[in-house]
Amino acid sequence: MAAEIDISSVASATRRFTLLRVQEELARRLEPVAITFLAILAGMGLFSLFLLALGKSPVQFVQLIYAGGFGTWFSLQNAFSRAAPLLLTALCVALPARLGLTVIGGEGALALGGLGAAAIAVPMLSVSHGWPLWIAMGASGAVVGGLWIAFAGALKHYRGVNETISSLLLTYIGIAVMNHLIEGVLRDPASLNKPSTFPLPADAMFGKIWGMDVHWGFAIGIICCLLAWVLIERTTIGFAARVSGGNLRAAQIQGLPVGKLIVGFTFLAGAFAGLAGMIEVAAVQGSANGSIIAGYGYTGILVAFLARHNPLAIIPVSILLGGVAAAGGLIQRRMGLPDATVLVLQGTLFISVLFFETLYGRFKLFNPEMWQITRLGKDGQ
Amino acid sequence: MEETALGLWGVPLAILAGAIRVSTPFIFVSLGETLTERSGRINLGLEGTLVFGAMSAYAVAVLTQSAWLGVLAAMCAGAVFGLLHGFICKFPKVNDIAIGIAMMQFGLGLAFFLGKPFIQPVAPKLPSIPLGNWSSLPQVQAALTINVLFIVGLILTFAIAWMLKNTRIGLILRVVGDSSDAARAMGINPNTVRLLATAAGGALAAIGGAYLSLFYPGSWNERISSGQGLMAVALVIFARWNPKGCLFASLLFGGAGALGPALQSVGVTQGYYLFYAAPYVLTLIILIMTSSPTTRLSGAPEELSLTK
Repeated sequence: MAAEIDISSVASATRRFTLLRVQEELARRLEPVAITFLAILAGMGLFSLFLLALGKSPVQFVQLIYAGGFGTWFSLQNAFSRAAPLLLTALCVALPARLGLTVIGGEGALALGGLGAAAIAVPMLSVSHGWPLWIAMGASGAVVGGLWIAFAGALKHYRGVNETISSLLLTYIGIAVMNHLIEGVLRDPASLNKPSTFPLPADAMFGKIWGMDVHWGFAIGIICCLLAWVLIERTTIGFAARVSGGNLRAAQIQGLPVGKLIVGFTFLAGAFAGLAGMIEVAAVQGSANGSIIAGYGYTGILVAFLARHNPLAIIPVSILLGGVAAAGGLIQRRMGLPDATVLVLQGTLFISVLFFETLYGRFKLFNPEMWQITRLGKDGQ
Repeated sequence: MEETALGLWGVPLAILAGAIRVSTPFIFVSLGETLTERSGRINLGLEGTLVFGAMSAYAVAVLTQSAWLGVLAAMCAGAVFGLLHGFICKFPKVNDIAIGIAMMQFGLGLAFFLGKPFIQPVAPKLPSIPLGNWSSLPQVQAALTINVLFIVGLILTFAIAWMLKNTRIGLILRVVGDSSDAARAMGINPNTVRLLATAAGGALAAIGGAYLSLFYPGSWNERISSGQGLMAVALVIFARWNPKGCLFASLLFGGAGALGPALQSVGVTQGYYLFYAAPYVLTLIILIMTSSPTTRLSGAPEELSLTK
């Protein structure tokens, strides 16, 4: 009997096997999407209760967010522009997070990156008003921001200093350094009420993406997210980083260069935040001043956590929160709510998404291991 | 010429006065965080609790015209924030550090939101005790005008140190902080103890906020805190989870925070922002000096994720 193996039944078993593999893969990939979606719904639900308690209409709130952030081509472009710095500051949180580090100092790296970019623009303007200037500004901003966050990474690895606290302290210090310099040596004497660096002439500013009213910073942010995704998911360096993030001791035993990975990844993270500062200067403000400290670094933390530190997921989440920010003004005017409304919504979403972490591994639908257990159980009977 | 009689002696005096004035919020937040961390959990969100405490204290003080009712309201609000943090952290797979960051953003946002109508009105201030009447110099008198909350903070420091060492509650807190398993073996639910310790920590941190809005600087606005809630968390590490250490560290930080304004008062205006950043730099230096990459920090509760 054993000699007469039915070829077609083997083929169908193989097919069933591959189908199962596809199902398993799909289930694993859908779990974070479904849970994050549930978390956002729950957060919106809680926020709606808050609005109802204040006598405001949650329906109107959602309608205004849609109208102000996504409903029309105009508002969508506004969302894209607001998303540009968020893409980069979220990377500042997401990259170290893959190594198991919680870095929240993006705001400081952004401020100093913007300052570094504006500082190098002063001598560069006599040379160029185009690509060489932008490359120099971008490089300067990225290096300054990178060194700032890499310092927190190095302190973590070589001195065991908690990186969450040190990176936030570095943000306060960075903003103080920026204020010191824009009121001192880097100040444009013509900026009276609002201390600023020397402004870029109009022809040295970033233009708009073809056919859109969105500056090039948005495209740069998306490219950086794609590059970061390739680095983490498709290179050996990224693999080494993920191993270290999963189990630091195992990585050290395997001989992975954990110290270099930590310093390198935190440098890259800070470089992205610094680039966000450069974009704010070169595309929006025209000079480094207090306006670049607008909380993008803090919103970036939420973006990274919502995206579960996946650089590809950062793109839609940044656009989502960019749209919410873009609708902020409309919400203030139409509903008579203060500007901090968006902050309350962000905080609620943040708590909700972290709370829903507890649901991972609980749904049978998304966890193939549980299918196996049931199957084994049935076979045993 | 009473004002100039002090001359440059005004700087150390101003720093001493500033140390007492500026340190009070640090004392309360760091004592609160010590309680929470001794139970084995870290609440990084005390910056949000502090600012929300400042707002609720100011708002209630404006509405009731009583500063002490404001402090009470802040305590309740802080305890609620702590309960929320403790409740969420109870669930498996929830990261207490990340929740702290989220609570910080939530607390700040909610405080700015609800505090908008209270930026203009004037609230009654917390009382202070003039201890410098023996001197004829107005600077000395000003320096030795001690707020009641500072004295409460002093008493609380020693009370908490005594409680941790000598009482049943203190023992339970330490056991839970050092080993969840040992606590369970004793029939103690670690999650309940941590929930209560986080609530107590939140209430204390909110008193620190109430001090900011009701005494010094004594007004409510969105820039009321300059990171005291966060620095206090770093300060607890420096103080080795010891209440008396917290008091010493708070006074040190108060002095560092008073450096900028003190120098400004004698005409040194150069580098104002850098002196303003002195407490942050000091915190960072202290963290670098007291941390170690290889060994666990002495005095750290074993269950604390911060030092794992």
